[in-house]
Amino acid sequence: MLASLLIVFREVLEAGLIVGIVLAATQGIARRGAWIAGGIACGVLGASVLATFAGAISQALSGAGQEVFNASILIVAVLMLGWHNIWMASHGRQMAQEMKAMGRAVTAGETSLLAMAVVVAVAVLREGAEVALFLYGIAATSGEGAAALVLGGLLGIGAGALVSYLLYRGLVAIPLKRLFSVMSCLIALLAAGMAGQAAAILAGADLIPAWGYQLWDTSWLLPQDGLVGRALHALVGYADRPMGVQVAAYLAVLILLVGLGRWASRTPGHAPRTTAGALAGRRSS
Amino acid sequence: MPIIPPFLIRAFAGAAVAALPLAAWAADPVVLTLKDHRFTPSEVSVPAGERFRIEVTNQDPTPAEFESSDLRIEKIVVPGGKIGVIAGPLKPGTYKFFDEYHPDTATGSLTATEKKD
Repeated sequence: MLASLLIVFREVLEAGLIVGIVLAATQGIARRGAWIAGGIACGVLGASVLATFAGAISQALSGAGQEVFNASILIVAVLMLGWHNIWMASHGRQMAQEMKAMGRAVTAGETSLLAMAVVVAVAVLREGAEVALFLYGIAATSGEGAAALVLGGLLGIGAGALVSYLLYRGLVAIPLKRLFSVMSCLIALLAAGMAGQAAAILAGADLIPAWGYQLWDTSWLLPQDGLVGRALHALVGYADRPMGVQVAAYLAVLILLVGLGRWASRTPGHAPRTTAGALAGRRSS
Repeated sequence: MPIIPPFLIRAFAGAAVAALPLAAWAADPVVLTLKDHRFTPSEVSVPAGERFRIEVTNQDPTPAEFESSDLRIEKIVVPGGKIGVIAGPLKPGTYKFFDEYHPDTATGSLTATEKKD
């Protein structure tokens, strides 16, 4: 039971940490609960479908199907996180003012919520498919002790969710004034980590150049397969033996998101329409 | 804003030195079979400094996840399925691999040795 608890806990934690960050980042946007819950539901549904077709995906693209699929959904998540960060940079101040004035926000940030729902769905999809296959394996053997294994799995889901909730509570305890900058920082790191992972997956399958297979080795200090290493891997893209292209993708996305965020927050006007107008004006001039 | 963790900056500075040269290819793939949640063979050796292929066949009725944090591999093998992954180039040493769904029994190790020429 303990073994299955740990296996499921690890997978749920990786997805849960991302959900925790997304929940904290969307703090104050109206109707975010429905969007995030929808994202989780889509992720769970997608994970079940994915687990069913795992064999077919594996055989696709001359055996590189799993790698291409995982890298693709990671890249989608990176784009969505980037979109959210830029959106927040141009509307964050306005939202903060509204929240202070009215106790809660009335801003309808639905485009941003859609992006974040996609991120949540992708995170749940990736880890959920592994949990689904693991639980399927238990069900298929269905021998003695299967009930204990399933119970362990369920406890693992609960424990993973609890840790994620604690992360969320910790993040939203940050004073509102600083929450936006902290969150945009965390989102940028999360996106950079995902971009790095996508690059490492593709380079691992020889689909893109690796630019050095092991830039450094910090596994003696902080192993990536330990609990802390895994959490940092999911949150900020920590890798104990990264490839060159992984570090390059990481830094490129990080610099791009921070740069675009700075630029977006400097554009005059923070209401959606004025910002759109300002952007259009710049483009046409 | 402290955006880039200092450990990354430090590590990136030494990157060029640590990067391995362009990898050569080992001729034969490492062939592993999973049955009764055990790897056969459970100990294999490969030449150090070369890129090589590992093929895993799952003869069990349940899914497996061929995983190695040492080799940076994580890939699902469905029942009756066969996967191929690429690993290396490795420094001489021993690298562990396992089935994440059955980590108690399905474990093995891969040893990279310097070529004698």
